[in-house]
Amino acid sequence: MSLEQFKNRNVGTQNYKTLDLDHTPVTGMGQFKQVVSRTFKPELFVGLWVTFREMINALFRGKMHTTQYPFEKLPISPRYRAIHDMLRLLESGHYRCIGCGLCEKICISNCITMDTQYDENQRKEVSEYTINFGRCIFCGYCAEVCPELAIVHGPRYETASEQRASFSLFEDMLTPIDQLNLQQEYQGFGAISPNADENIKKTPLAY
Amino acid sequence: MDATHLPEVTAAGVIIKAVLILAVIAAIAGFGTYIERKILAFMQRRYGPQHVGPYGLLQLVADGIKLFTKEDIIPQHANKIIFAVAPVITAATAFIALAAVPVFPDFTIPFIDVYVPSIASDINIGILFVLGMMAAGLYGPLLAGMAQANKWGIIGSARTAIQFLSYEVVTGLSILAPIMMVGSLSFVDFNDYQADGTWLVVYQPVAFILFLIAGFAETNRTPFDLLEHEAEIISGYVTEYSGMRWGLFFIGEYANMITIGVIASVVFLGGYNDFWIFPGWLMIIGKIAFSFFFMLWVRAAWPHVRPDQLMWLCWKVLMPLAVVNVVITGIVIMLVQ
Repeated sequence: MSLEQFKNRNVGTQNYKTLDLDHTPVTGMGQFKQVVSRTFKPELFVGLWVTFREMINALFRGKMHTTQYPFEKLPISPRYRAIHDMLRLLESGHYRCIGCGLCEKICISNCITMDTQYDENQRKEVSEYTINFGRCIFCGYCAEVCPELAIVHGPRYETASEQRASFSLFEDMLTPIDQLNLQQEYQGFGAISPNADENIKKTPLAY
Repeated sequence: MDATHLPEVTAAGVIIKAVLILAVIAAIAGFGTYIERKILAFMQRRYGPQHVGPYGLLQLVADGIKLFTKEDIIPQHANKIIFAVAPVITAATAFIALAAVPVFPDFTIPFIDVYVPSIASDINIGILFVLGMMAAGLYGPLLAGMAQANKWGIIGSARTAIQFLSYEVVTGLSILAPIMMVGSLSFVDFNDYQADGTWLVVYQPVAFILFLIAGFAETNRTPFDLLEHEAEIISGYVTEYSGMRWGLFFIGEYANMITIGVIASVVFLGGYNDFWIFPGWLMIIGKIAFSFFFMLWVRAAWPHVRPDQLMWLCWKVLMPLAVVNVVITGIVIMLVQ
């Protein structure tokens, strides 16, 4: 379809294909014929066959559709904005945050609180960093503004807890030093989910 | 098996049989809910209950505990006596109907030498009795819906009246043709008539299909599940019920499903005769199990019909077909003799 056709909103002049549907019978004989044809059409058995086939598929061909959620989880899109992660530098293992304060500045719900000081090498170090998750709206500005890709949104969406403070300290969000090799790099805005290929399906019209 | 060689039926045997039917059918009816949930789940590519016990088998126990310990609520403006009695009618008639159908194979208990027959009461009008009892069961939903002072209940009981009453006609007429062929109303005679291996469904396919359709309507199963169509009328006649009274309706419905399965197996599908290498008891259990499975299968596959479509189907299609079937059967019997 060319762009010109696509932009043509004048529905009255377009060429639509009408479906070849039977007309409602008006005569008694026509109605009788319709009843007979509908009675002896094997459509009901098609329905039975479809459900039976799906049962065979589910039981013996491993096409069970259920994800048993607490025990198995679907991969989540990297665009998802859940509880923040503070990343580390891969080379030194030091946290990436340089204490610039941009995230605190840009946060529209004022939920990031940070305090910095100079260490013995006259480098800035973060002495205090908390996110108030009672206020955070997970807009993602902090991750977007961060010049060092230090604060990102992680995939941790199970955030039911007795205290919001359980997530919100710098040490809680920081990648544990012994799991540095497992640290996921932020893939950037617009990244597709890891199982995107599996999720591509034919349209239902193909059935 | 020749009827003359059977031991005498004693009162003790009948009582044991009655207790057996009550215990086993009630258990199967409860277990049927588990089977139904599992089969429906598989057909929709789900797992169904699977966390209580191995493969979710103990889900039945959990549901039973829930039903027994739930508060038994009787609405303020309900007619309390009728409200309380109605579920008992459904469950009781379902089990009374089972008294006259052959449910399990007969056997003799060793040591005390008590013969337990396959039918608790082999009355010679078995089919009439069973159909009559199942028809009497319609008073359960009818009274329940009218007694509970609830609009949905009223609609449910109105639907009970039209649906059950209309389909009684089809059930009776459809089963009349096999009765004419066999010349008896006893289930044992039906079974013996098919002892040569030719099932009655071969002679009476139309009657069989009509009986199946009417059976679905009378057991309130899904294509004709209008009495408690939850998308339209909340729960119909069981809207206000909770706890064990609701459970009684459920047990009655499942016992009726088994009864319909037994009637269809004995009257149309060869009964408990031996078939090829399979013994009779296995055949009858297999047939009843398949008809039970078929009811679940249909529920997974087919949508509901509207009440007006239901009435249309009954009075304009099924009833004339049944009458024509009876007439043709009569003519053929007359010509053959």
